[in-house]
Amino acid sequence: MPFKLLVVACLLYVAFLFAVAFIVERRAQAGRLGWLRSPLVYTLSLSIYSTAWTFYGAVGYAARSGLEFLTIYFGPTLVFVGWWWLLRKLVRIGRQYRVTSIADLISSRFGKSNTLGVIVTIIAVVATTPYIALQLQSVVLSFGVFASATPDGQAPLDAGQTAIWVAVGLAFFTILFGTRNLDAREQHHGIVTAIAVEAVVKLVALLAVGIFVVWGIAGGVGDVIARIDAADLSAWQVQPGRWAGLIFLSAAAVITLPRMFQVMVVENDDEGQLARASWAFPLYLMLMSLFIVPIAVVGLDQLPAGSNPDMFVLTLPLAEGQGGLAMLAFLGGFSSATSMVIVEAIALATMISNHVVIPLWLRLRPAAAADDLRSVVLMARRVAIAAVLALGYGYYQVSGGSAALAAIGLIAFLGVAQVLPALLGGLFWRGATRTGAILGLVTGFVVWAFTSFLPSFGPGAALSDAVFTQGLFGLAWLRPQALFGTDTMDPMIHALFWSMTLNVIAFCLGSLLTFPGPVERLQGAAFVNVFEGTVGPERWSKGQVDPEALLTMAQRILGEEAALSLFQTAARDQGKDSFLPDPTPAFLNQLEAQLSGTVGAATAHAMISQLVGRATVTVEDLMAVASESAQIMEYSAKLEAREAELTRTAGALREANEKLMQLSIQKDAFLSQISHELRTPMTSIRAFSEILTEGDLPPEMVVKYGRIIHEEAKRLTRLLDDLLDLSVLENGTVQLSLGLASLQQMLDTALIAARQTRPERSFIIHRDLPSEAIYLKTDADRLTQVFINLISNARKYCDASQPELRIAVRQRAGRVTVDFIDNGKGIPKDSQSLVFEKFARLTDANRAGGAGLGLAICREIMTNLGGSVAYLPGQGGAAFRVTVPLRLEKLAA
Amino acid sequence: MSQHVLLIEDEPNIAEAIRFILTRDGWTVSHVTDGSAALDRVRSDRPDLVILDHMLPGMSGLEILAALRADPETKALPVMMLTARGRDREMAERAGADCFMSKPFSNAEILAEVRSMMGR
Repeated sequence: MPFKLLVVACLLYVAFLFAVAFIVERRAQAGRLGWLRSPLVYTLSLSIYSTAWTFYGAVGYAARSGLEFLTIYFGPTLVFVGWWWLLRKLVRIGRQYRVTSIADLISSRFGKSNTLGVIVTIIAVVATTPYIALQLQSVVLSFGVFASATPDGQAPLDAGQTAIWVAVGLAFFTILFGTRNLDAREQHHGIVTAIAVEAVVKLVALLAVGIFVVWGIAGGVGDVIARIDAADLSAWQVQPGRWAGLIFLSAAAVITLPRMFQVMVVENDDEGQLARASWAFPLYLMLMSLFIVPIAVVGLDQLPAGSNPDMFVLTLPLAEGQGGLAMLAFLGGFSSATSMVIVEAIALATMISNHVVIPLWLRLRPAAAADDLRSVVLMARRVAIAAVLALGYGYYQVSGGSAALAAIGLIAFLGVAQVLPALLGGLFWRGATRTGAILGLVTGFVVWAFTSFLPSFGPGAALSDAVFTQGLFGLAWLRPQALFGTDTMDPMIHALFWSMTLNVIAFCLGSLLTFPGPVERLQGAAFVNVFEGTVGPERWSKGQVDPEALLTMAQRILGEEAALSLFQTAARDQGKDSFLPDPTPAFLNQLEAQLSGTVGAATAHAMISQLVGRATVTVEDLMAVASESAQIMEYSAKLEAREAELTRTAGALREANEKLMQLSIQKDAFLSQISHELRTPMTSIRAFSEILTEGDLPPEMVVKYGRIIHEEAKRLTRLLDDLLDLSVLENGTVQLSLGLASLQQMLDTALIAARQTRPERSFIIHRDLPSEAIYLKTDADRLTQVFINLISNARKYCDASQPELRIAVRQRAGRVTVDFIDNGKGIPKDSQSLVFEKFARLTDANRAGGAGLGLAICREIMTNLGGSVAYLPGQGGAAFRVTVPLRLEKLAA
Repeated sequence: MSQHVLLIEDEPNIAEAIRFILTRDGWTVSHVTDGSAALDRVRSDRPDLVILDHMLPGMSGLEILAALRADPETKALPVMMLTARGRDREMAERAGADCFMSKPFSNAEILAEVRSMMGR
C-alpha cells in the first residue's frame, strides 16, 4: 500500500474528527446537545483508558507474558463494578464543587491549599510524560511498519521527524479545541464526542483484525484453541503477587490518571451516566481484550521470528496482503494515541494554568484589576499544552523510543497512583490533614522517581551504575531496585510496594500528628459527607466589601456578560432591581463556586478573600461538623430556607422602603425645584424687561438685554416641554410611531446632535459598525432622543483629560443592548440608583444643560419602548446600558 | 465715596441685571459666582453690603451666612438674601439675614431695599 495514501487517510481522518468536534461544540453553545449527553457517549469517552499501549501493546504483552495483560483490564473493571462506593462520590463532589481537575479536588479538600495543587500538578506532569512519549512512539512505529512494507524506492522514514510532526499536529488540534473558550465548568463537549467516535473506530478495528485472524488466517475457534495449547506454556503461569500488584495499579490509575479524571468527573453531566457506564465500560474493555491472545499466538506462529509483537495488529494483516484491514487497524491505533494525548494535554494544561500560572500571575500583579484574566488563562493553557507535548517528545528522544510499550505504561500508572492515598483519605477519612497529604504525596513521588522513573532511563543514564549496585551515597539499603535489601522482588512490584507503603505511612502519620485548620475541617466534613448534605462548605461572613469591586474581579475571570448576568440574577433573587447584589454569605459562596469552575478552588478562594478578608468559620459551622444528628440538621435546613425567604422579602421591603423615603423627600423637593427652575429665568426676564422699558439705553445694550430675555424665554419653554414630555410619558398616554429603523443611523444622528454639548471638547468615539447593522422595529425618534441624552451626558460630565466614549452593541434573544461607556470617574455607588430620578443633577457645578430631567425622561421613554436603561457598574467609567426589544409590537391599549 | 456691594450669585444673567441696576444708582458692585470663594472675597473686599443667593455651587447661601455671622468681624455686616424657592424665607431670617427678596423681584423693590439697608 502506498505510504502516501496512509498519510492522506490520516489527514482525512483528523479532518473528520475536527468536523465532529466543531459541530458538537456549535450545538453545545446553542444548548442543543440532546443525545450527545447520553450515557453511551460518556462510556465511549471513558475508553481513552485504552490507549495505543493497550491497542498495540496488549498483544505484545500477551506474546511476552501470557495472560498478565488482563490485569490492566481487571483493575478498571473492579473500580467500575464497585462504582457505588467510590466513583459516585467522586462525581458528586466534582459536580457539587465544580472541580476542574484532580489537583483541584485534592487542593480543595485539604483547605483549598494551593501548595497541594502544585504538588499534584507536578506529579501528574512528570508521571504522564513517559505515557505521552509512549503514544508518540506507537504512532511512529506504526508509520514505520507501513514505510518498510513498501520497498518501492521511497526514502526510509525518519522516526524523529515523524514524531515531531505527530507531536506538533496533536498540539495544534488540542489547542484549537481545548482552549477555544473558557467554560464555566471546564467541559469540552466537542472533544468528548470526537473521542467517543475514536473509541468506536478503535474497537471496530481491533475486532475486525481479531475476526480476520481467527477465521481468515487460522481455521476458526477450534484451531486457535489448539494453537494456544501448543504455545509455550511456561509464560502463561499466573504469578499471584505480580497479578495482585498490577490489578491494584491499574485500578488506582483509572481513578487518578488526569485524563480519566477529566472524562469521568469533569466532563460528567449527571450521575445516571455513571450507572450505565458501570457495566458498559467493563464490557467495552472485555471486547477490546477478546482477540488479544489469538492475535498474539497466531502472530508468533505466522510471522518470522524476531518480529515486534507490539505491531502484530498491523503486521499480520499486512503479511496476508490485507491492505484495507491494515489501514483500519492503523486508524484504530492512531485513534487510541491521539485521543489519549489530547485529553491528557487538556487536563494537564488546566492544572498547570490553575495551580501554577494564575497564582503566580496574581501574586506578581495583584492590583492589575483591569487586565482580562481570561486571556491569561487561555494563553497559559495553550503554552502548557505545547509544553506537555514537547516534554513527551523530549522523553521519547531521550529514552530512544526502544523500551517495550508495556513497561513505560506501568511506570506512568505507578506515578499517578501516588495521588491515591491522599484522594481516598480525603474522601473517606475526616482526620486526614493537609500536612499528611503533602508528606504522603512528596514521599510517594520521591520513592517512585528513585525506584521506577529514573531507573527507566537505564543504568548510567539518570542514575549512575554505582547507585544501582551500591545504593545512593554508597548506602546498600538505598539501591533503587532493592530498597532495604529487598532484592528478590520484581522491580515493578518492588517500586509499587515501597512507594505506596511509604506514601500511606507518611500520609497517615502526618494526618494523625497534625490538626486540620478550620477551613480544612469544614471542607473535610463536606467532602466525606457529601451525600448527607448536612454540612455545607465553609461560609463567608457578610464582609465589608464593595460589590462593585467583586463585579470587576468576576469580570476578569468570567467575562463581562457572564459576570453581569450572574450578578443581576443574584440581585434579583435578593429582591433588588440593579446589577449589584448585597455581598451576603450565600452570594459570596455562589460566586466562589462559579469562579472555581474556571480557575480552581484555591485561586477562587484566594481572590475572594483578597477583597472580603478571611472567611470566618463560626461556632455553628463547627457544631454542624461535630453533630451528625440528621433531625436537627433537617429542622435547621427548613429554618434556614424560611430564613432565606424572609431575608429576601425583608431585602425587597427594605429597598422599597428606602426608595419610598427617597421618593417622598424628592416629591417634596420636586415642587420647590420646579419653583426654582421656573423662577430663575423669570427673574432675568423681569429685571431686563423693566430695564428696557425705562428707556435711555445705548442701542448695543438694548440688543444685548433683548437677547438675554430671548434666551431665558427659550430656557423656560424647554423646561416646560421637558415637564410636559415627562408627564405624558409617565401617564403612558404617549403616541409612539413604530417603524423599522437602522440602529447605526440612529447612533449617527445622535452623535451629530450631541456635538452641540460642550463643542470645544474633542471626544474620541469607539464604535463597532458591523455590530450596529441591526434594524429595529421601534420609535426611532424616541430612541434617538435617549441616545442623544446619554452621549450628551458623557460629553458634559466625563472628567477624563482625554475623554473617550465606547458604544458597544450586542444582540441576544430578541433584545438588543447598547452600552455607552466613558472613561471618566463614573458615578459613585450610592448615587447610581438616584440618577434616573427627576432633578437628580449630581453636581450643581454644571448648569450647561437642562434641569436634570434628561435621564428621567430617558427612563420613561425606554419603559414605553418596552426596554430599559440602567447604570452599568464596574466598567471603569460611567456606563449606561440601553436594552430594547428587536421588534416592538404595539401594546394593547 | 460710593459704597461697595458684593454680589454672590451664580446665574450670570441675574447677576448682570442686579449689577446694572445698582451701578446705575451709584454703587460699586463686585461679583462672585462660587460659594466656596465667597467668604474669602468678603474678607478681602470688606463690602458694605452683601447680596447672597440661596442656591450656590460649592457652598449654599445659608452656610455662607452662618459663617459670616459666626465671625466677629462680619457679624454685623448687612446681608440681603435672594431665593427662588418658596419656603426659604423663615430659614434665611433665622440664619440672620437682614433682608429677604424672592425671585423674581422688581428692580425698584431691590433698589429700595438696598437703599434702606444702607440708610440712604
